[in-house]
Amino acid sequence: MSVELDVFVGNTTIMDKEVYQLWLNGYTVNDAVKVRIEGGVMEECEASAEVLLSDTMDQFRTFQMCERLLQNPAKLANQLLFQIPPDRQAMLIERYYAFDDDVVREVLGKKLSKGTKKDLDDVSAKTGITLKSCRRQFDNFKRVFKVVEELKGPLVENIKQHFLLPDQLARDYAAIVFFANNRFETGKKKLQYLTFQDFAFCAGQLINNWTVGAVDNMVEDMDVDLDKEFLQDLKDLKILITDKDLLDQHKSLVCVALRGKTKVFNEMEANFKNLSRGLVNIAAKLTNTKDVRDFFIDLVEKFIEPCKSDKWTATDVNLYLTHYTNSAHILDTFKHQNVWTRYMGVIKSCILRMYHE
Amino acid sequence: MPGKLKAKIVAGRHLPVMDRASDLTDAFVEVKFGNTTFKTDVYPKSLNPQWNSEWFKFEVDDEDLQDEPLQITVLDHDTYSANDAIGKVYIDIDPLLSSEAATVISGWFPIYDTIHGIRGEINVLVKVELFNDLNRFRQSSCGVKFFCTTSIPRCYRAVMVHGFVEELVVNEDPEYQWIDRIRTPRASNEARQRLISLMSGELQRKIGLKVLEMGGNAVVGYLQCFDLEGESGLVVRAIGTACTLDKLSNTYTPATAINPCNSSPSKDIKEAGFGEEAPGVPLSSGPPTPLRAQTFSSFSPSKSYSRQSSSSDTELSLTPKTGMGSGGSAGKEAGPLKALLRQQTQTALEQREFPFFTLTSFPPGFLLHVGGVVSARSVKLLDRIHNPDEPETRDAWWEEIRQEIKSHAKALGCHAVVGYSESTSICEEVCILSASGTAAILSSRFMQDSALDTEHRLSRQQASVFTSGAEKGEGDMGSTASLGFEDLMSPGCAFCHIPYDELNMPFPAQLTYCHCCRRYKVPDVLFTTIDLPTEANVTGKGCLIQARLCRTKKKAQGEGNATAISNLLPFLEYELHTQLMNKLKLRSMNALFGLRIQISVGENMLLGLASATGVYLTALPSPGGIQIAGKTPSDITYEQHISNMQKKINDTIAKNKELYEINPPDLVEEVIGSPIPEPRQRSRLFRSHSESSDEVSELDLSHGKKDAFVLEIDDTDAVEDIHSLLTDAPTPPGFYSCNTEIMPGIYNWTSALQMFTSVRVFRLSNVNLTNQGLNKVFNDLCENLLKSLYFKLRSMVPCCLCHVNFTVAVPEDELIQVAVTAVAMSFDKDQTQENGRQSIDKNLMKAITENEDQLQFPLELSAESSSNPLNSAKGLSEVSGPLPSARAPSVDYSSFTDRCSSWIEQLRLKAHTIRCGSIKTMSSLEKASPLPEGRSRSLRSNRSYAGSSVTVVKMTPLSFIPGTKIIKYLGIINMFFIRETTSLREEGGVSGFLHSFIAEVFAMVRAHVAALGGNAVVSYNMKECVFMENPNKNQAQCLINVSGDAVIFVRESELEATPPQPHSASAQTSSSGEGT
Repeated sequence: MSVELDVFVGNTTIMDKEVYQLWLNGYTVNDAVKVRIEGGVMEECEASAEVLLSDTMDQFRTFQMCERLLQNPAKLANQLLFQIPPDRQAMLIERYYAFDDDVVREVLGKKLSKGTKKDLDDVSAKTGITLKSCRRQFDNFKRVFKVVEELKGPLVENIKQHFLLPDQLARDYAAIVFFANNRFETGKKKLQYLTFQDFAFCAGQLINNWTVGAVDNMVEDMDVDLDKEFLQDLKDLKILITDKDLLDQHKSLVCVALRGKTKVFNEMEANFKNLSRGLVNIAAKLTNTKDVRDFFIDLVEKFIEPCKSDKWTATDVNLYLTHYTNSAHILDTFKHQNVWTRYMGVIKSCILRMYHE
Repeated sequence: MPGKLKAKIVAGRHLPVMDRASDLTDAFVEVKFGNTTFKTDVYPKSLNPQWNSEWFKFEVDDEDLQDEPLQITVLDHDTYSANDAIGKVYIDIDPLLSSEAATVISGWFPIYDTIHGIRGEINVLVKVELFNDLNRFRQSSCGVKFFCTTSIPRCYRAVMVHGFVEELVVNEDPEYQWIDRIRTPRASNEARQRLISLMSGELQRKIGLKVLEMGGNAVVGYLQCFDLEGESGLVVRAIGTACTLDKLSNTYTPATAINPCNSSPSKDIKEAGFGEEAPGVPLSSGPPTPLRAQTFSSFSPSKSYSRQSSSSDTELSLTPKTGMGSGGSAGKEAGPLKALLRQQTQTALEQREFPFFTLTSFPPGFLLHVGGVVSARSVKLLDRIHNPDEPETRDAWWEEIRQEIKSHAKALGCHAVVGYSESTSICEEVCILSASGTAAILSSRFMQDSALDTEHRLSRQQASVFTSGAEKGEGDMGSTASLGFEDLMSPGCAFCHIPYDELNMPFPAQLTYCHCCRRYKVPDVLFTTIDLPTEANVTGKGCLIQARLCRTKKKAQGEGNATAISNLLPFLEYELHTQLMNKLKLRSMNALFGLRIQISVGENMLLGLASATGVYLTALPSPGGIQIAGKTPSDITYEQHISNMQKKINDTIAKNKELYEINPPDLVEEVIGSPIPEPRQRSRLFRSHSESSDEVSELDLSHGKKDAFVLEIDDTDAVEDIHSLLTDAPTPPGFYSCNTEIMPGIYNWTSALQMFTSVRVFRLSNVNLTNQGLNKVFNDLCENLLKSLYFKLRSMVPCCLCHVNFTVAVPEDELIQVAVTAVAMSFDKDQTQENGRQSIDKNLMKAITENEDQLQFPLELSAESSSNPLNSAKGLSEVSGPLPSARAPSVDYSSFTDRCSSWIEQLRLKAHTIRCGSIKTMSSLEKASPLPEGRSRSLRSNRSYAGSSVTVVKMTPLSFIPGTKIIKYLGIINMFFIRETTSLREEGGVSGFLHSFIAEVFAMVRAHVAALGGNAVVSYNMKECVFMENPNKNQAQCLINVSGDAVIFVRESELEATPPQPHSASAQTSSSGEGT
């Protein structure tokens, strides 16, 4: 004896946020029921396990039927099959596209290909997030990537428009797309301490300042590709380290400004040339795709690690970078002020974000 | 050629990929009506084609316009092979044929395929141009309006209720034609869908003709059903109530009072004893009475109708009858008046073959007394329908049953049957036909042809009537008796008064004096199929009561099978009634409304499900408890067992009393002369069943004894009864449920509304089940289903499941199918008292300002001509509202008198204004009349410019939406769909398949309503859900038939938010966009 068929259809589609989350988390119906029982919903509503099972199955089925629409959120608003209030629609979409930072951290900067998808079971094992959920997240990254890849206009706006995502989530996706497109290396051991949000912040900086879109906002891929001209111009900054006078002048200016203001003054003074070389070299090499990929690892190796070993505080770093940037403007023989500002602005905020004490 | 149908195909969207190579589709559209077909161009390589076609014009007879649907087929063009069909849309153009309904159909329709479901959407525009000579030839009945709603639709008033209309058409079922063996499932499904669509069109047209013949212009309570008789054919039948309706020209009547839902005001007023008050419904019962009395006072009572019940009581063979409950006023004191009234109505009704009404709620003053439920069943063997043009056998079958119902009603001393419905259950070649209704006595007001004359006369005299009424109102609240008509004095109880002769009762019953008016007799229990009358005095809240029963039956063929079934039926019904009665007593209630008994037949079992809403009618005596008795009292453990059970039952009753807030006032109950002297004793009464039973024994369902309702536990049935009594889980806190439209005791509905359908199929294992085992399974199935619903809807608490409609079926040998459709409505618990009050006052004020307009208007009219006499009656009714004395127990009297005095103040004021008279309202009425049109136009324009966003369409099985006002009925929705799959597993198994199908049906209903310009479906009903599966072949098929009324509503808050000038106010709201 068994219930062979059991459905519930509301004119307004009923969706329980909790159950939706369990579904998104990739639970099986039975596991979801267990979680719900533990959550105490039964006592609250005098329900039996049977009722809970029926409800969970029903909702999982509904979500499955909706999934096709969620993959194309614009359709959700004008489809006729499910009558879902707009605020619910927004919730469904937002949660469907939400991801775990741990998961995205694993695939950040990797090619969103079948190969990467196959490695998701490792990701799942490592993060403790179900494979099903990992796959959904990965597929979302890939779907967003594919759609915005060929669109003109600002990346974040495109994502917002096509996937109806809230601003913050759209920005995160923009970061993911940006990283995937430029294939930034994020998986090295030295970078492990950085969270997705660190990278997302940096991506935002890069998108806003270093891409084609920062100058011209109607080109294809404008926010995804770095501004080639700018990268080329960055080579000119080399003069800051190749010209001995300039380097010394720069150093003394920074030292004058910082004297007495930081506890690590001596270390800074000793390390100035190294640090400056590091930052300028990173700039000069960015024309190579390979070096673009290593951008973050270079920042860590060439700047963050040396400072860390000298026990700089974040304030020290901030102070140093501010004066380092500003002093260059005072140098008479240094002609590349605009490029320098555009470069150092991003470098400074990225380093500050990446500098965990 | 009296009509031109025009259709334009605008665009498509979300089409499926038909060409795998390009991932695109080359779509074009065929538009077909009758035998004419047009095609659009092919729109190549797109999933969102923009055809933007010319207007396709069909020149057709209006007869065809009524019968045929517009058929739109979307296809994928293929150069080398046959074009592939993507899917179809059938559009019923009937709504366009009535001038008052929709004017254009425009919107996105889901493209539906019976194999694949919804496959994208298509945007279509449809218009009809009718030529003026159309009604001269009565082949068609264009313009007759149809309503599924079983009450007078909200923005109309009944001028006359003509009575019962029925029609039936038969045809061969395409699924069983020889050709079905060689055609595809899709072709066969489509043939069936199309045929049924045609047949329902034809049926509607024929019913429309009958209505026109009767002089009516509308059918209310239209119920259309399909009988899939398999080999022997397909029957489409319909019943309804023919009426003459008038659209309320002023859409801004104080809606709150018409609308029982919308909350406190009307309800509270009623409880306070303003019973008859219902300003929106024009014909009140109050004022006309003095007139009648003058005119006809010389009549003498006649009881020609009295008792002819012998026939119905005896023949039990194939068609067991059931009559029970009671009500009505003993003829003595009523004297000549009542008899006169009866006779009037009597003659009015006797002209009719079947004085039946499918309505379940009535304009005030229409329903006088209720006798009790009458029902009849008959078991028939199906044979092939030989000549589809003359469906005589089926007609004869129904005729027979209706005759029986009629005679049952007579036996109850009633001349009419209200809340009437018919149904069938078919298994192989056996068919059970059932009909049931409530025997009642109706006022002649809406039925006589002279009704209009009376009103005319009335309007001429009404000025004087009015002033006298007002004076009385000032003078003495309770002195209504001087107005002359007893029945209407305390309307909250009048309908309970027994209609039959006390000395000649059709069945033994306990009679007491009415607990409200103390003048007439009432039965101890009342069962009805109608909704709770809005004016009824109810104590506490109501609740859903179900009796469930399963009986095994030997497999048999043909006649043997039919005999076996008909032998089982009486027992089944008897037990269902016993269960109902027990459960009713357990809840300490004394009346059932909306009773619906469904008997479903399978190959090896019979299922019975009775649902009703139990309430405590203040007028009826308080029910006694339930006593358990054992036959062998010597045994001590046994005694203990019994006393344990007794305790449990007593506890449950006490708990229920609290739960449903049943605290009837402790009145001294005087025992009055009733045929069976009432033993007021708590002692055990053994074998009360058999004591009270004589010739009518088995079907005497009116268990008499008041205080001692005895269950003998030796009886296995009784064990079962007790068991099922105690296993019914109470509804979780915050939930209420009922199967009627309104729930007594709940007024503050919020706008939160959730209509749903839930279906469960249960497979019995191979084990040979006993009756008890089966019962338990069935009972658990229903209980669990309810529990699941409560759980699902827990976020809406406090809420009430209204109009809970269970349908049971036995689709296969070991399957039981239960389908529920209902609406969950949230209400506001806390503000019951405070806000309710305030809004009453507000409402009264509003009613008063309204009144001024409406009173002045008819005054002038009647001075000049009596062209609009009915409005005057309306005004009058409002004024005379407060006159009936207040008797509801739960009223806070201090504030009540406050209100009364303010009322009287207002009356004085008004009387003043009326004497002055004025002309200004005339113009305002003129202004108001075109409103609905304007409204719909603005709605439409909003919609078409709003881009792709989808109109929210509310659906509800009720005839109203709380907190809103229906401003226009756009036409009936009656849709039939078939869905089939040959890849059941891939679609998520049976549940996945049915889930998406039901969702698709909802979507298609919503799309059609939106295209008509509506934003809600009321009186929605899923009449059929036939599900068949063959998991081994990976196949399943399902048929669903739904119906309802498409409407436009506006939020009451929008109306209220506007300035006090009602007319301009509603004009403003009309332009303020969609209600949701």
